[in-house]
Amino acid sequence: MDPLSTMFALAASLFSVILALYASSQAEDFIFGFHMLVFAAAGGLLILYLARTVSFQQMTEKGEATYSDGIIRYGVIATLFWGIVGFLVGVLIASQLAFPSLNLDLEWTSFGRLRPLHTSAVIFAFGGNALIATSFYCVQRTCRTRLAFEPLAWFVFWGYQLFIVLAATGYVLGSTQAKEYAEPEWYVDIWLTIVWVSYLLVFFFTLLRRREPHIYVANWFYLGFIVTVAMLHVVNGLAVPVSPFSSVSYSAFSGVQSALVQWWYGHNAVGFFLTAGFLGMMYYFVPKQANRPVYSYRLSIIHFWSVIFLYIWAGPHHLHYTALPDWAQTLGMVFSIMLWMPSWGGMINGLMTLSGAWDKLRTDPILRMMVASIAFYGMATFEGPLMSIKSVNALSHYTDWTIGHVHSGALGWNALISFGAIYYLVPKLWGRRELYSLQLVNWHFWIAMMGIVIYASSMWVSGIMQGLMWREYNADGFLVYSFAETVMQMHPFYVLRAIGGLLFLIGGLIMVYNIWRTIRGEVKVDQPISQVITVGA
Amino acid sequence: MNHSIIEKNGTLLLVLSLIVVSIGGIVEIAPTFYLENTIEKVKGMRPYSPLELMGANIYKREGCNLCHSQMIRPFRDEVERYGHYSLAAESMYDHPFVWGSKRTGPDLARVGGRYSDEWHREHLKDPQSVVPSSVMPGYKHLMRPLSVPNIASHLKANVVVGVPYTDEQIEKSAEDLVAQANPDADGAEDVLARYPKAQVRDFDGDPKTLTEMDALIAYLQMLGTLVDFSTYDAKANFR
Repeated sequence: MDPLSTMFALAASLFSVILALYASSQAEDFIFGFHMLVFAAAGGLLILYLARTVSFQQMTEKGEATYSDGIIRYGVIATLFWGIVGFLVGVLIASQLAFPSLNLDLEWTSFGRLRPLHTSAVIFAFGGNALIATSFYCVQRTCRTRLAFEPLAWFVFWGYQLFIVLAATGYVLGSTQAKEYAEPEWYVDIWLTIVWVSYLLVFFFTLLRRREPHIYVANWFYLGFIVTVAMLHVVNGLAVPVSPFSSVSYSAFSGVQSALVQWWYGHNAVGFFLTAGFLGMMYYFVPKQANRPVYSYRLSIIHFWSVIFLYIWAGPHHLHYTALPDWAQTLGMVFSIMLWMPSWGGMINGLMTLSGAWDKLRTDPILRMMVASIAFYGMATFEGPLMSIKSVNALSHYTDWTIGHVHSGALGWNALISFGAIYYLVPKLWGRRELYSLQLVNWHFWIAMMGIVIYASSMWVSGIMQGLMWREYNADGFLVYSFAETVMQMHPFYVLRAIGGLLFLIGGLIMVYNIWRTIRGEVKVDQPISQVITVGA
Repeated sequence: MNHSIIEKNGTLLLVLSLIVVSIGGIVEIAPTFYLENTIEKVKGMRPYSPLELMGANIYKREGCNLCHSQMIRPFRDEVERYGHYSLAAESMYDHPFVWGSKRTGPDLARVGGRYSDEWHREHLKDPQSVVPSSVMPGYKHLMRPLSVPNIASHLKANVVVGVPYTDEQIEKSAEDLVAQANPDADGAEDVLARYPKAQVRDFDGDPKTLTEMDALIAYLQMLGTLVDFSTYDAKANFR
């Protein structure tokens, strides 16, 4: 940064620190005071950093003349870190449902507070960091230019980590807006808005300074994801705080409208954060790893526009048979079913990219991971429309079937494609010739796969079983099961689910070990994965 | 149309994407704000009393809505199990809604009056002592005093987002908060006058202190009891 900007940044952070300290002193509740101190501390760290780097000589380009990769290296580490945290909390809360004594009778460790910690850690911390890192990598390569406003890009990275810390500590201490996947309170929402708009600026202006005539398809998806999430977040987060110094707020919307806005947001957190963004990842990393071009250009155009148009309508399928007016439910169902086609178009586009390279699946476990993730994308986007049909939803809603569906998408699609991208990125980012061990990638793949299958199938069984038990009548016309009896039947499936999650976590730990050794520059001499076996006597 | 025009112009791509993703939300969400039949016409709904409102906040803080729905669907088994199917009107003062999306535990939309205060108290402190197969965590910490620095500002914030609290209700909110859990207090009857059908009594078995348990149980005992279904006309409210 030039001296002027540095001085400006110093002044701005000093001002923020003073503001935060003042807000903390006026706080009406503990959480607000604590969070303002966290803000002040983050600002203090920034001041220290800026003061150390301030220089009145013209900055010369550091190493890495071509691309800004430092931020992506940080992003990869953050992705792995939050991934493990998120999986770990997931295993913990899954175990709490099987063995409630694991709630420890403490407010901070009870299921209700840890569940948003799990969902936010995996979606926004793990997924979000993966998206920011891969989008910054992809946009530079495909535009053949460095990131625009590099200091702002660093602000996006660190500002996003601060958002995660504020959100996570808030949940544990009992701060929540009670909107699923949008739990952080008003001031954390405002902070995220600042960070997210900065993200949009960096990404968009990098696109504008590209040295390629065309914008590559992966960037369409990344751009669509960033701008739509900004829109969703701002509208859904509208709220009135009790006072400027209170952590509590009341949502601008109530009852039925609040439900509709929330699931417009919630389903498109799936549609844009977990789908469009990750499709950007697919459209860049799968062709790279397979060393083949994207299967169909025309299909990618159809895929992009139809997915972003249709997804927005699908939210009401989370509200079937509720007090939401019927017309809105039906509209949501119809668009959800229509979504099936473009989703499968995208899946086909991803899978067929392997045309002429299918043999690589035998020798390249990274590509295998990516292909499996696309297959899970296809499965989840088939199951979703199925569950959005009202008569199916009558059975599946409120049960574990939904949880199983979400996890086959999240673990199978989002996590596996992120793992694949990270395995691809790490040797390149740290200048290593290859990964420490492909065999360990293979172990990771199969252990994670077992975990997903156990998880999803136990939830299918428990979900459908509980749904059927709730509506079971005997010959005399009485309900057969009390609610408590159906809970009792869930136990073995909750145990199985925790085991599935544990396997997925173990896979993640193997990955961290492998990446750590790769970064250190070590290479393990593996047995070849597939040997030519001569059949004969 | 030639798609490469969009591919070569970042601004165009951004603007078109934003337009395409805006349409669904506008067409689907906006009408629910002005169509008059979105919320049924009912008798009995009223803003929550200060104590119930604080109970609702504790309900949200502890994430109760993550395992308990408050939305009974119009199916034979649900209506038999939980009571009349839920109306949009019943959550019209919930900012935000707490319909929930998962029933790890039973629906609570009409739990009010189903169990005694004592049952709730024991159940919240140690669920397995009352329902052995329950997987619910214990909430012993709710026995601590209820801390609300400024209850009137909570009601005022609700007014800003559209809840029709009267000036009198805001002015008396601090008194009402305490009086609802203490039948011996002055003004216990005023609570009932300001909040019809409010239940005024000591909820947590400890009349000396106003605890979070008082607030949460007052909220739970109110759930589903406000709307007068004897005057509800389902046909007139068909949507």
